[in-house]
Amino acid sequence: MTAVKRHSTTKMVPVPSHSIVPERDLGQQPVLETNHLGIEFGGLKAVEDFNLTIGKTEIAGLIGPNGAGKTTVFNLITKVYEPTNGTVLINGKDTKGMNIVQASRLGIARTFQNIRLFSNMTVEDNVRIGLHNQIRYSMMEGILRLPRYWTKEKKMHREALDLLSIFDMQDLADVQAGSLPYGAQRRLEIVRALATNPSLLLLDEPAAGMNPHETEELMENIIKIRDQFQIAILLIEHDMNLVMGICEGICVLNYGKIIAKGTADDIQNNPVVVEAYLGKRKEEAK
Amino acid sequence: MTRAKRNRLIYNCVTFAVVIIAFIVLQSMIENKTITRALKGQLIPICCWIVMAVSLNLVIGISGELSLGHAGFMSVGAFTGAVISGWLLNAHGMENETLRLVLAIVGGGIAAGIAGVVIGIPVLRLRGDYLAIVTLAFGEIIRNLVNVTYIAVADGHLVFSFLKKNVPEGARMLVDGASGAVKISKISTFTMGFILVLFTLIVVLNLINSRSGRAIKAIRDNRIAAESMGVPVTKYKMMAFVTAAVLAGMAGALYGLNSSTVVPSQFTFNQSINVLVFVVLGGLGNVLGSVISATLLTVLPEVLRAFADYRMLVYAVVLILVMIFTNNPTIRSFADRLIAPVKKLFGGKHSDKGGAQA
Amino acid sequence: MIFLDNLVNGISLGSIYAIIALGYTMVYGIAKMLNFAHGDVIMMGAYIAFCALQYWNMPPLVSLVVAMAACTVMGVVIEGLAYRPLRQAASLAVLITAIGMSYLLQNLALMIWGANPKSFPGSMINIPTISLFGGELKITGATLVTIVANIVIMIALTAFTSKTKTGKAMRCVSEDRGAASLMGINVNQTISITFAIGSALAAVAGILLCSSYPTLQPTTGSMPGIKAFTAAVFGGIGSIPGAMLGGLLLGVIEIFGKAYISTELGDAIVFAVLIIVLLVKPSGLLGKPVREKV
Repeated sequence: MTAVKRHSTTKMVPVPSHSIVPERDLGQQPVLETNHLGIEFGGLKAVEDFNLTIGKTEIAGLIGPNGAGKTTVFNLITKVYEPTNGTVLINGKDTKGMNIVQASRLGIARTFQNIRLFSNMTVEDNVRIGLHNQIRYSMMEGILRLPRYWTKEKKMHREALDLLSIFDMQDLADVQAGSLPYGAQRRLEIVRALATNPSLLLLDEPAAGMNPHETEELMENIIKIRDQFQIAILLIEHDMNLVMGICEGICVLNYGKIIAKGTADDIQNNPVVVEAYLGKRKEEAK
Repeated sequence: MTRAKRNRLIYNCVTFAVVIIAFIVLQSMIENKTITRALKGQLIPICCWIVMAVSLNLVIGISGELSLGHAGFMSVGAFTGAVISGWLLNAHGMENETLRLVLAIVGGGIAAGIAGVVIGIPVLRLRGDYLAIVTLAFGEIIRNLVNVTYIAVADGHLVFSFLKKNVPEGARMLVDGASGAVKISKISTFTMGFILVLFTLIVVLNLINSRSGRAIKAIRDNRIAAESMGVPVTKYKMMAFVTAAVLAGMAGALYGLNSSTVVPSQFTFNQSINVLVFVVLGGLGNVLGSVISATLLTVLPEVLRAFADYRMLVYAVVLILVMIFTNNPTIRSFADRLIAPVKKLFGGKHSDKGGAQA
Repeated sequence: MIFLDNLVNGISLGSIYAIIALGYTMVYGIAKMLNFAHGDVIMMGAYIAFCALQYWNMPPLVSLVVAMAACTVMGVVIEGLAYRPLRQAASLAVLITAIGMSYLLQNLALMIWGANPKSFPGSMINIPTISLFGGELKITGATLVTIVANIVIMIALTAFTSKTKTGKAMRCVSEDRGAASLMGINVNQTISITFAIGSALAAVAGILLCSSYPTLQPTTGSMPGIKAFTAAVFGGIGSIPGAMLGGLLLGVIEIFGKAYISTELGDAIVFAVLIIVLLVKPSGLLGKPVREKV
C-alpha cells in the first residue's frame, strides 16, 4: 500500500513526475505501475527508465515518433518480453517472471498494432475466446455435451452479443473475422479484449486506418467503455485529435525514454515535446 | 438459431448421415452377399484409416501443428491391442470376442495416449518444421523400440523383455521383436469399426465446437493473440495432440486385430505420410472431407489394380496436380469463379472448411 | 583399433549425410520449403551413374559428370513445374507436393529399373584400400574419397556463397525475399540455381552412398534422405556449416550407437539425440534463434 501513498501527493506536473493519475483515482490502488522499466535488445536500449502510473479509471495516452518504443512498452506490460530492468505491477502485483497468459489473468487485455484476430473464426467466436476464462466448462463436459455445456454456451452467446453491441456489431456475429473491413476488425479486437474482463485495456493505435468520422465515433466509444466498465485505458495513437481529445494524462516517449508527462495542455506547451514531435509535425503541415 | 450455428448443425448431420447410410448399405450388401471379396476385406481397414485421418486432422487442421509421426501411435495401439487380446485369451481364457476387442481397443487407446503425453510434453514447445521433424523422429523411435520388444505369456503371466533370451522356453509369444505380433486371433468386426468411426466423429466434432475446441483453433490462427486472451497454449495443443493419439491408438488396435500378424515395419514414416495425404486432400479442418478421402484413397489402389504397374505413378501425379490446382492463386481464383454459382445454390459454406493454414 | 575403425566409418557416413543435408538446408534457407524429394534425386543420380558405367561403358569421371548434369536438370525441372506455382501457397501444400514428387521419382525408377536391387559397381571409385597400423585399420578408397569430397564441397560452397555475386544473391533471398526482389535480384532464378546446386550435390552423394553401400533400389534414397534432413535440422536448418556439423555428428553417433549399444536401435539413438538437442537448443546447433515480432 506504500505505492498508493506515494501518488496521493503528486499531481499532473510535467517531467520528472512519476504520475499523471487524475484526481478521482488518487487514493485508490493504481491499475498499472511501472518502475524504472527497461529492456535491451543485444545492447540496444529499446526502453529505458520507464516510470508510469495509471489510475483505476484513467484514460492515458502514450505518444511519440515512430520507433520510440511505444509498442515495446506494451509488450513489456503484457509480458511478451521479460524486462531487463525494473518492475511492472498490475493491480499492485509484481509480474516478474510471469508469462503472457498469467499477466492476462491479472487483468490486462490488449489490441495489436498489426491486427491479430482469429481470422478463420467467426466474429462471435473471436469474442468467445475473450470470454475463455470468464465462462468455463471442461473438455469432457464439452465432448459429452453435459448440461453445463448447454447453459454455459448459452451464457457465452448472450455475453458475446452484449459486448458486440457496444460497437453495434451484433449483426456481424456470424461473419468470418478475416473478411471484416479494416475499421470493424479494429473494433472487434477491442470487443474481444473487453471480453476478458480486464482492469486495464491497452489499445495499440486503435484509430489507425479509420476515417475522421469513424475516429470520432471511436473516441466516444472509448469514453463510454471506460464509464460503463470502470476500467483504465492506455492507448498508443498517432491521431493527435484523439489523444488530446480523450486522454487525461499523456506520456511522450522518444528514443525509449520518457521526455514529457502531463495533461494535453502541458504536452502541447512543452518545448521539448514540440521540438521532438509536435513541432516537426506542425512544420510539415504548413 | 444463428446462421453459423445452423450451418454447423447441417454439416455435422450430413457427416453422420453419410457414415451411417454407408454402413447400412454395406451391411445389407454383406447380408445379401452382393459385396465383392476385395471390398469386404477392405471394410475394417477403411474404418481404421478414417479414424486415423480424422484424428490427424484434429492435430493438423484444427490445431495447426504438422505431425509426421501419427503412424507411431497407431503402432503403439496395434501392439498393445494384440497383447491385451492375446493375454486375456491365453492367460485368462476369456472367450468373449467382443469384450476382448473392446478391452483391446480401450487399452490401445490408453497406451497411445500415454505415448502422446510423453512425446507431447517436450515436442509441443517446438514450432513449425521442428515439430514436424521431431514427431517424425518419435514415430521412428517407436518403431525401433517395438523391433526389440518381446512379450509372451508364460504360466499365465505376462513376460516383457527387450532380449529374446529372457523369454522362457515354451512360452506363448505375443510380440516377437521384428517379427511383430504373431498368431493374433482375428476378432475385429466391421460393426466395431463403424462404432469406432462414430465415436471418433462424436469426440472430434463435439470437441471442435466447444470452448476447448475454440481455444485450439484460436491458437492455430494467432498464438500471441490467444495467449493475450489468457488461453494457455501448451494445455490446448496437448489436448488436441493427446486426443488424436488416443484415437490413433484405438484405430491401431482395431487394425492389428484384423490380421494374424502385425509387424513394426507396417507403421513407418510412409504410413504417416499416407494419412497426411488423406487429411490434406480431404481439406484441412474438414472432418467429412477426411472421411471421404480416407475411404476413396483406400479403395482406389484396389480399383486401380488393373493398372498395377502404373497405379502409384498415377497416384503421385494426381497428388501433385491436385495440390497445384487447389493452391495456385491464379488457378484457384479462376476455379472459384466457376464454382461461385454452385456455391450460392447451396447457401454459404461451413466456416471451418479449408480456410486453415499450416 | 575398433574404435578408430568405427570413427572412420562414422565420419565417412557422416560426410555423405552432410552432402545430402547441404541440399536440404540450402533449399530450406532460400525457398523455405522441405524438399522431400531430395532423397529420391540422390537415388536417381546413383541409377544414372550406374547406367553410365555399366551400360554405356563410360569412365568413372564422365559418369559422375553425366549423373550430376542429369540431376541438375531434374532439380530445376522439378522446381519449375511443381514448386514454382506454389510459391505463395501454404507450406503444407508445398510439403505434400514434394511428397508427391518423391513418390513420382520412386515409381519412375521402379518402372525404368525394376524392383530388383542392382549392385553398384566398385569400379566407380578405383582407389586401393589403405592399410594403417600394420593392417589393423583399413580405409577403403570409397571412404577416403567421401571424406575428401565432403571437405572440398564444403570449402567450395562457403566460398561460393560469400564471394560470388550469385552466392550473395542467394543469401539475400534467404534473408528477405521481398527486399531481395526490390533490390533487383531475380528471386525465381536464384531459387532455380539453388535447386541446381543442391541436385548436383545429390548426384555426388548418391554415387558416394552407393560406393560404400552398394545396394541400389528405388527406395535407396529415402532413409538417407530422412537422416540427412534430420542432420540439417540438428545442425540448424538454413545454415551451411550447420549441415556439415550435423551430418558428421549424426553419422558418427549412428555408427557408434550401432557398434556399442544396439544394432537394432541405431536409428532410434540417432533420433533420440536429435530430440534432446532440439529441446536444449530449439533452433539446432548452429541455427539462429528467431524472435517473433509482436
